[in-house]
Amino acid sequence: MALSRLNCFSSRSANLLKTLSSAISLRRPISTDTTPIIVETSVPFTSHQCEAPSRSVETNPKELLTFFRDMALMRRMEIAADSLYKAKLIRGFCHLYDGQEAVAVGMEAAITKKDCIITAYRDHCTFVARGGTLLEVFAELMGRQAGCSRGKGGSMHFYKKDSNFYGGHGIVGAQVPLGCGLAFAQKYSKDENVSFALYGDGAANQGQLFEALNISALWDLPAILVCENNHYGMGTAEWRAAKSPAYYKRGDYVPGLKVDGMDALAVKQACKFAKEHALKNGPIILEMDTYRYHGHSMSDPGSTYRTRDEISGVRQERDPIERIRKLILSHDLATEKDLKDIEKEVRKEVDDAIAQAKLFVDT
Amino acid sequence: MQLQPKLIALQLLHLRNPALGEGLEEEMERDPRVCVMGEDVGHYGGSYKVTKGLATKFGDLRVLDTPIAENSFTGMGIGAAMTGLRPVVEGMNMGFLLLAFNQISNNCGMLHYTSGGQFTIPIVIRGPGGVGRQLGAEHSQRLESYFQSIPGIQMVACSTPYNAKGLMKAAIRSENPVILFEHVLLYNLKERIPDEDYICNLEEAELVRPGEDITILTYSRMRYHVMQAAKTLVNKGYDPEVIDIRSLKPFDLYTIGNSVKKTHRVLIVEECMRTGGIGASLTAAITENFHDYLDAPVMCLSSQDVPTPYAGTLEEWTVVQPAQIVTAVEQLCQ
Repeated sequence: MALSRLNCFSSRSANLLKTLSSAISLRRPISTDTTPIIVETSVPFTSHQCEAPSRSVETNPKELLTFFRDMALMRRMEIAADSLYKAKLIRGFCHLYDGQEAVAVGMEAAITKKDCIITAYRDHCTFVARGGTLLEVFAELMGRQAGCSRGKGGSMHFYKKDSNFYGGHGIVGAQVPLGCGLAFAQKYSKDENVSFALYGDGAANQGQLFEALNISALWDLPAILVCENNHYGMGTAEWRAAKSPAYYKRGDYVPGLKVDGMDALAVKQACKFAKEHALKNGPIILEMDTYRYHGHSMSDPGSTYRTRDEISGVRQERDPIERIRKLILSHDLATEKDLKDIEKEVRKEVDDAIAQAKLFVDT
Repeated sequence: MQLQPKLIALQLLHLRNPALGEGLEEEMERDPRVCVMGEDVGHYGGSYKVTKGLATKFGDLRVLDTPIAENSFTGMGIGAAMTGLRPVVEGMNMGFLLLAFNQISNNCGMLHYTSGGQFTIPIVIRGPGGVGRQLGAEHSQRLESYFQSIPGIQMVACSTPYNAKGLMKAAIRSENPVILFEHVLLYNLKERIPDEDYICNLEEAELVRPGEDITILTYSRMRYHVMQAAKTLVNKGYDPEVIDIRSLKPFDLYTIGNSVKKTHRVLIVEECMRTGGIGASLTAAITENFHDYLDAPVMCLSSQDVPTPYAGTLEEWTVVQPAQIVTAVEQLCQ
């Protein structure tokens, strides 16, 4: 009875989706059911200098379906970008995020658009999570004026000022001091918001990171440093670059939390915890244990420094979208067909956006 | 009508309100978004006392003592500027900002462009540079040479208490990132300046001495060597026009051009090294734009392409001296 009601719900909203698909932004909820569901994270959190939050995360059908849709959209977008790059419509550098979607999506679920996010060059999905449109993404990637940076930035320079997304940076690690500067501005203006400064395992060894962390801790800034550890700094595995790859501990006097970055709910819980912590006690480090399916960039096959077995293994065991799909199905929130339909819609959205972007003249 | 203008030092150790500090203080009063960051700018009062008294007046959140971490605190200043704050970042010596080159070049200079105009970076980066008195090679650098190519930044150099205060205020009010070059040896100059609020145009050169025979272009400390040479030249019957270019990027080609069109001879006197300095760029700009008006090739006197020696006599040799300026003018005016 409940199931059929849900089916009716989702097919009605699916029809709504079809008519509005061209105007749709990422944030349209598929289900409006906000009945709380408690889910356990895949693994418990590991903490450094603080008490880890509970691994029981509160969520609801609406959120889970939104996670699914958003991540499916991001996945499709990145794969489409891969094709566009091979067709030479995207040039230069292109760093894809597929596999890491849960970090962008889980973070967004825990914060508001008044909180700031800054990241490095693997920024397409973070931009979209902050409210950027597919058109802005593809137009920018193809160097058109309709792009989010008017075609002047490219893949590594996506920004969205009105939702406090500060980019989009090409030089490894340089965004971390900028991010701590955002936190400083928040403290200066006394506005009770926080800043998330994202960086990779490669950037984790940059001196300026530790400099900025020291200043942030000294000045009690609401700065949350998030290491998206996909275990490879371009072609160098973490154990070959860091004496201590326990990035969540490298803050020493700054507390840290290690999180399963392939579990959107764990990411959400960690970010919520971090925001509360930062507002009271200053900086904290989150290490997101994540994985990228593509190589470092489009010029890197990604298979010279890791085995295909490893990549397919992660895809099978830990894929973030599959995780949410299983959750949705096991809780009877939607049928397999519903989810496949969402994936089809999302694919069409991406294709439409690309077609639209192509209509714009090269900058 | 203004009252007797007050006697002020560009930066005098025992005066409460020196020109640079006063300019900074007035802008901090005027706009609560203005804050100061740097090493020892707060409790210590600044290594050259530019920020003396500001921490007591405005508090620790507006006058921030940073650890010795130029790369990160410059980056933080830029990040804060992206949100609309107006930080004034001090390099205790401009040479130390080499450690922050990436932040200054890529983030400070370029973010306005790479974000498609979404962000402005209204930051001021300032500090003393230039050759001092036997400070040694690393503390005698001329960073304007290295920064000049960075797209998106503006550079100005102050040389008198009057223009120091005016440029400081203008730089803070500007929406562009401005690098303000002070000079280690000019902090003790004294001059009377107006009581009322004034700013100097960031893009304007300053006519120091009008003349007919030759245009001498200079800035910062070399202005004083030029004026010393000018005295000698006047006694010898020459009439040099001296222009303090002040705006190092962009050049005030309007003022400079008008002068060249009048005198037809140009001598540039700078403290940068021979290779790749402001003089090199200015020579190219003048030759390109005013070639038809020149009766002689542009001559540029620069420092020697060597690390500044410690020994005083050697140090003197590496920097342009008034006697050399006199000889150069005599040569050009033959």
